[in-house]
Amino acid sequence: MKFSILINEGPYQHQASDSAYKFIEAALEAGHEIFRVFFYHDGVNNSTRYTVPPQDDRNIQVRWSELAEKHDLDMVVCIAAAQRRGILDENEAQRQGKDGDNIAPGFRISGLGQLIEAGIQADRLVTFGD
Amino acid sequence: MSDVKKFLYVNRKQPYGTIYALESLEVVLIGAAFEQDVSLAFVDDGVYQLTKGQDPSGIGMKNFSPTYTALGDYDINKIYVEKESLEARGLTIDDLQHLTWEDEDEDWAEKDSIRVVSASEMAEIMDQQDIVLSF
Amino acid sequence: MAILHTVNKSPFERDALESCLKHALAGSSVLLFEDGVAAAVDGTAYADQIKGAMENVSLFVLGEDLKARGLGEHKLIDGITVVDYKGFVELAGKNDTVQSWL
Repeated sequence: MKFSILINEGPYQHQASDSAYKFIEAALEAGHEIFRVFFYHDGVNNSTRYTVPPQDDRNIQVRWSELAEKHDLDMVVCIAAAQRRGILDENEAQRQGKDGDNIAPGFRISGLGQLIEAGIQADRLVTFGD
Repeated sequence: MSDVKKFLYVNRKQPYGTIYALESLEVVLIGAAFEQDVSLAFVDDGVYQLTKGQDPSGIGMKNFSPTYTALGDYDINKIYVEKESLEARGLTIDDLQHLTWEDEDEDWAEKDSIRVVSASEMAEIMDQQDIVLSF
Repeated sequence: MAILHTVNKSPFERDALESCLKHALAGSSVLLFEDGVAAAVDGTAYADQIKGAMENVSLFVLGEDLKARGLGEHKLIDGITVVDYKGFVELAGKNDTVQSWL
């Protein structure tokens, strides 16, 4: 079965990102396909590589980047939500005249259409949020 | 047929207090371009999104409520508002914006987009969807 | 159509569970997870409402979230099924849609 996942809350503040991660792990383990993971609202904050959590805690961003690499996940950050919250890739940083980008490996910034497409293409869309 | 899915956007939060209502509307507008079968549900505190006379100038925010009146132009005309949610909040349909759409099949006759439905009707509507997006 | 409703909020904090149960048709499933697991415990102010709903809908609770909050399975309302994340995935696959009551 093909799943798409929508994550609407940022890391640490809310359990949504942790729950989604565990759900995706279990789905992949059961042999399902993850069509796309879409980050919206404060969920875009999962994608900054500038987080420095305490050493004895999970590193949510790194965990996502590693999972994406291992399973070739398509992790999309909504551009409109990202712009509001200061999440930038190299292109966006340049375009907006900002002095640096902060997006972590494995994430890509794209439009909301990617969320709609994720709903259309997948068998199930599962939302994690507040 | 398999290309068109039934999308329901469920709105259960007030505008302004959080960004969910505004960003939900952004998804709806972008999603309209995909020509899916779209419905909007306003349940619980979500009914406050549709009130008329919103003026957030005093809280320093932009009034995005006029965007709801544009939904008809995007062929989004199934807007379900739950009766029990209105009643529990002391509201009636008269407190809401008048949302309309123009029916191409009837010489562009103007029709109401909002349908006030009971909770059990809303449950049936939810049951008919392929994709439910809750904000 | 069969719906898997997910509720991640405590009924003591939000109306998500109440609204979910009001809209869950007979034959659908409700999964309590994250803070939502509080509603699975017997003897709470919401236990009777849950038991009533269970005449028509199937109730599930995510074991990992219960355990995290120190809530033992022996404290649960009779008839609520404990699932793990694998079970969550299975429920999502078995039903036609997943509706999150955020």
